[in-house]
Amino acid sequence: MSEPAGRQGSEQDPHVPPPSLWPVGFAVGIATLLVGLVVSPKLIAPIGAVITAVFAFLWVRDVMRERASAVDVEPETRAVGTEPEAAPIPANEGEAAMPEPESEEEIDRFPRSKFLEGATLGLGAAIGGLVTVPALGFAVAPAFLHQHTHNVDLGPISDFTEGDFVVATFLVDPAAGEVSRRTAYVRNNGLLRNLPSFTILSNRCAHLGCPVQPNGPVFQDKEKIQKTGNGLEVRLIPTLPAGGFGCPCHGGQYDTEGNRIAGPPVRALDRYEYSIRNGRLWLGKTYSVGKVKGQGANAQIAKYPLAGPGEHVDGLESWLYPVDPPHG
Amino acid sequence: MAIQSAPPRTKKKSARRKKLEAAILYPIDWLEERSGLIGGVRFFLFRKVPGDTNWMQTLGSATLTAFLVQALTGVILAMYYKPDPENAYKSIQHITNDLTLGWLVRGMHRWGASVFIILMFMHMGRVFLFGAYKYPRELNWIVGVLLLALGMLEGFTGYLLPWDQTAYWATIVGINLNGTAPIAGPFLSQFLRGGAEIGPDTIARFYSLHMLLIPGGIMALIGFHLYLVVRLGVTSPPWSADAAGRERVDAPPATNGRNGLVRPGPRGRNGE
Repeated sequence: MSEPAGRQGSEQDPHVPPPSLWPVGFAVGIATLLVGLVVSPKLIAPIGAVITAVFAFLWVRDVMRERASAVDVEPETRAVGTEPEAAPIPANEGEAAMPEPESEEEIDRFPRSKFLEGATLGLGAAIGGLVTVPALGFAVAPAFLHQHTHNVDLGPISDFTEGDFVVATFLVDPAAGEVSRRTAYVRNNGLLRNLPSFTILSNRCAHLGCPVQPNGPVFQDKEKIQKTGNGLEVRLIPTLPAGGFGCPCHGGQYDTEGNRIAGPPVRALDRYEYSIRNGRLWLGKTYSVGKVKGQGANAQIAKYPLAGPGEHVDGLESWLYPVDPPHG
Repeated sequence: MAIQSAPPRTKKKSARRKKLEAAILYPIDWLEERSGLIGGVRFFLFRKVPGDTNWMQTLGSATLTAFLVQALTGVILAMYYKPDPENAYKSIQHITNDLTLGWLVRGMHRWGASVFIILMFMHMGRVFLFGAYKYPRELNWIVGVLLLALGMLEGFTGYLLPWDQTAYWATIVGINLNGTAPIAGPFLSQFLRGGAEIGPDTIARFYSLHMLLIPGGIMALIGFHLYLVVRLGVTSPPWSADAAGRERVDAPPATNGRNGLVRPGPRGRNGE
C-alpha cells in the first residue's frame, strides 16, 4: 500500500485534524509564567500570562474551527447466503452435539483446572496468612509480653512519721516519662517484731480505676520533694484521711485500711509490696486485696495477684475471670 | 393534529454552539467511554423512589454527610496533631489557639462527632418506626448496627486524643469497663491499653485505631449499606397506600392551602 499523495478524498487517510502548534506556545507561556513568579513577578510573570492567554485563545479557536466533515461513504454490500440452507435437523434426530459421558467418573475429571483453582486459592491464602499473622501478632503480642514492674525508690523511711499517711507521687517507669506517674498512700505502721511495717495503698479505685482521694485535709504546705537519684523526684505530701478514701468518679468509699465501705467497688484498694534497702523505702509489685482484717502492722491481708479494676478476686464472681493476662 | 401544527420550539443550534457543547462534553464522554462511571453514578443517584417518601428518609444521607465531615476534618487535623504523651495536648492547644481556622476545624470535628452519633440514632429510629428493617432488608439493619458500634468506637478512641484530664480518666474508666467483661475482659482491656498500664504507646494505638482501622471498616460497611439500599430500593412510609397494595384514591384538589401541614391520609397524585 503506497501512501496516497495529498490529503483530500483518500479512503486510507483518517480524518484527523492536522497537528496544531498552539499547545506548544501555551506550554511555553505557562512555563514563563511559573518561572516569572519565582524570578520576577512584576515583569516576566505578566509576559508569561499574556503568552499563555494568547496561545490559549489561538488553540481554542483552532479546536473550534469548522472542519470539512468526513465524506460519507456508502458501505460496500455483497450478496450473502447464495447457497440454500439445509433444513434444520430435528432435535430428536442426528448426533448429539456433545457426546454423553460414559460413566459418572468422567464428569469429575477436570484435574488440571481443579488443581490450578486450588493452587491459586491456596497460594493466595498462604501469602495472605504470611502477611497477616505477623502483623496481627505485632498488634496484639506486645501488649501481653515483657510486662514488668519497676521498683521505685521513695526515699529514706525517716520521711514517713509513724501512724500518718503520706501522699507519695512518683514515676513507675522513668523511661516512659510523665505518663507513668502514679500515686500511693503510704503509712508508717511502726515496728512489727523489730522490723519496720508500712501500709502502701494504690490510689487506683477498685471500681473502674479512677484516682481515689483522701477524705480529709491534704497538707500541701508541708510538701516535701525527695531526690531519689537519676534526676528523679518523689513528692511527699502529708495527709489526714480521717474519713478514709473516696473516689470522685462514682463515689466508691474505702476505710484507712483500703477496705470498701460503700459504693460500687468490688474489693479493697490494691497495695504495693515494699522493701527497705539501706534505710530507704522501695516499692515493688502491686497486688490486689480481697479484704483486710485488723489494722496497721497487725492487719491480715487477703492477698491476690494483681487484677484489673472491677474484677472480683474472691467469691463466686471471681469465677468470671478464670485467667488474667500477665501484668508483670 | 395539534402536535404537528405547532412549530418546533427548539431552534436549530448553530454549528458553533454544537462545537462548544461537544468540547464541554468531550471529557465527560471520554471518562464514560473508558469507565462507565457516568452511567454508574446515574444508576446510583437517579433512582425511582416511592411517591410518598418522607423528610425522615433523608436522615441516612444526613448521617453519611456527618461522616464525610468527620473524615475531612479528621484528615486535616491529622496534619497538625502529634499522638504522643508529651506533645498531644500541646499540639491540640496549638491547633486551637495558634493555627488559622484551627479552632473551627477542631470544633467541627469535636461537635460533628456528636452530630454523627445523634444522626445515626435518629436514622435507626426512623428505620425502626417505618418498619424498614423487615424482609428483605434485615441484613441492612445488621450492617447498620455494626456501623453504630464502629461509630461509637470512634467516639471512644477519639475521646482520648486531646490528652487532658477528662480524656485521660474517661479513657481509663472506659478501658476498665471493658475489662470487667467475663473471661475475655481483662485481655480486651490490656489489648486496648497496649500493656498492663496506660503508657506511651496507648495514645498512638488509639490514634491508629481512630483514624485508620475503624474509619476503614466504617467506609467499607457504608459501601455495603448503600449497595443494599440501591439493590432493595427505598421503603414506603407505613401509611403508604401503594405499599399496602391499595388503589390510589385521587384526593380532591387542595382548597385550604394547608395540605403540607396536615396529613389526613394518603394523598394521590392529584397534581399530576
